Amino acid sequence: MKRGGIDIGSRFIKYVVITDDKDISFSKAETGHDPLSVCEQLIGDNKADKLVATGYGRHLLEVRDNVQTITEIKAVARGAKEIFPRCRTVIDIGGQDTKVIGMERDGRVRAFECNDRCAAGTGRFLEIMAKALGYDINSLGANCNGDDVSAISINSMCAVFAESEVISLINRGIKRETISRSLHSSIVYRVTALARRVEVSEDIVFAGGCARNQCLVNMFQDHFQRDILVHDHPDMLAALGAALH
Amino acid sequence: MSKDYKGMWNDLGLNIDAHDGLLAVLTDAYKGIYLSQKGRPKGMDYFDFVISEVHGLRIEELINAKEGHRKIIGTFCIFVPEELILAVDGVCIGLCSGAEVGSDQSETHIPRNTCALIKSFMGFKLSGLCPYVESADLIVGETTCDGKKKAYETFAALTGKVYVMEVPNKKSDHDMELWQAEVRKFANKLQEITSKKIELEKLKEAVKIVNNKRLALQRLSRLRGNDPAPISGLDALLVNQISFFDDPVRFTAKVNELCDELDQRVRDNTGVVVAGTPRVMIAGSPMAIPNWKLHAIIEGANAVVVAEEACVGERNYRTLLDDNFTSVEEGIDKIAQRYLTIDCACFTPNNERLDNIIAMARALKADGIIHYALLFCTIYMMESYKVQNVTKANDIPFLRIETDYSMEDMGQLKTRIEAFLEMIGR
Ligand code: SF4
Ligand code: SF4
Repeated sequence: MKRGGIDIGSRFIKYVVITDDKDISFSKAETGHDPLSVCEQLIGDNKADKLVATGYGRHLLEVRDNVQTITEIKAVARGAKEIFPRCRTVIDIGGQDTKVIGMERDGRVRAFECNDRCAAGTGRFLEIMAKALGYDINSLGANCNGDDVSAISINSMCAVFAESEVISLINRGIKRETISRSLHSSIVYRVTALARRVEVSEDIVFAGGCARNQCLVNMFQDHFQRDILVHDHPDMLAALGAALH
Repeated sequence: MSKDYKGMWNDLGLNIDAHDGLLAVLTDAYKGIYLSQKGRPKGMDYFDFVISEVHGLRIEELINAKEGHRKIIGTFCIFVPEELILAVDGVCIGLCSGAEVGSDQSETHIPRNTCALIKSFMGFKLSGLCPYVESADLIVGETTCDGKKKAYETFAALTGKVYVMEVPNKKSDHDMELWQAEVRKFANKLQEITSKKIELEKLKEAVKIVNNKRLALQRLSRLRGNDPAPISGLDALLVNQISFFDDPVRFTAKVNELCDELDQRVRDNTGVVVAGTPRVMIAGSPMAIPNWKLHAIIEGANAVVVAEEACVGERNYRTLLDDNFTSVEEGIDKIAQRYLTIDCACFTPNNERLDNIIAMARALKADGIIHYALLFCTIYMMESYKVQNVTKANDIPFLRIETDYSMEDMGQLKTRIEAFLEMIGR
């Protein structure tokens, strides 16, 4: 049997099909303005016998018969556990939300914390900051080897205010790399505060598109003093978890 | 609504156009959230009717009462003793509101960072949309949270009919003395504005009426402890919200009728959901009518709300008044004592609330507790951390929510609540 999981996020829709021999195929597309057709397209290209939806837009697919939904919290925990069996903590930074999930040894969700209602400290935030600094989002994490950041700090996590802070730092002649580093550390500060509330244990998996950002990974590693596990497709884990549900 | 009340609203000085708009929105919300529920008890018909006439027939009743020389006393807090109001033939009306109305106007008088409940009652007044505020002869405030305390100063200037009771912050002997004096002063104020003297018989009768209302609400609460739950949390919440403005004797009879029907459901082992449905208890800030947001999300996600540890809920009816007194003086002291048992977060310390929460969760067989605080409601937000600790010690899953009346955070709230339900699901 082919089991499908679709994760309808704010920026991308991710689709996973897994066979009985655990053969995983993964595809994704931008969410755009008509997410339902994007879903239909992805699903149509690789039909599954059973489909579970997750993510911000999971209820979109409820119009179709026999599509179950689960939250992205449960889904990403399940997916992370599948790939990294010793995982007990997931940090997930997606397009518009950030969450930290604590699990029991058997993989059940024990506690979770999410960011506040706005996009503070999420992928969208990094995107706007990358633009302000003149970087491509994919290279932002590779460009933060600036000087020690204790000299400057970005105080605001609101994208609009942070952007103006960044601009004034540029105007003060601070190197881009230093500003970039400071931005990353303010995100890490935010996320680790959430993590403290769920109590981190054993292996930490970093999921969501932002896990491709090497600077964030390194900073988490420093903070938690242990390896941070990242899958080749870190944004696939929720869809995988849905498929396995 | 059964007839045209425009003339009445006009006389009360309401803003008719805006008021029409408000009623239309309310009617739609009610249809979507309430009338669409499945398996509702027949006994809810009465409460549906009350809602359909909330600005109509009930207001007409108040105006008739006024013509019969009864006074309408508006309140914002369960510390204001209804017994005294009834003892002078007054009508007690809760004025708290749970709709986002006139926030642009209210923000010219109070800061944006004020809880939604306060913004709402200011907004209703400033936009001329609340027939209850307009028909009230006296509006009673109290010194509970800072937000309300200061808002009453502005509200007094706007309405010219605010009287403030001082509620102490602690519960020691001299706090009790202060509170007893305050209750006595309030009794005098009521006697003065009604030109009626509180008689022992009348006071005893009033105590009975209010106690009977509490007993009926306790009965409803106990019934929700059954699995499957015989009534939805939304419906039970509505009954509690209506308890603040309906005629108490009629209301009590209707709640008891509803409970008879629920008793039968329990005997037949039927409910609004199937047995084993995740059961949620809510604890925290009050949910004034028509604030149905959290219940609607939870029950929309196939769980059932079995209790509200809140002022619109358990805090309002938990304790009966000891009616064993032989003079008005003694009766007033008993009233003061009873009201000072309320475990509102405006007290320090307030550890009895923690015990009550755990006891309720057990009695109502809750699978998890959602702590609900209105944004900027500092006292309940602060206490949520203590609640979290005690739920942890008792192995009860816990989720903290801070929100207001707006719909902006619906997506996020849904995800968090659904994830919580996945966590506690059996
Ligand atoms: S929460 Fe406290 S202040 Fe508010 S109504 Fe209840 S008792 Fe009064
Ligand atoms: S909800 Fe909280 S802040 Fe608002 S009036 Fe009640 S106690 Fe005060």
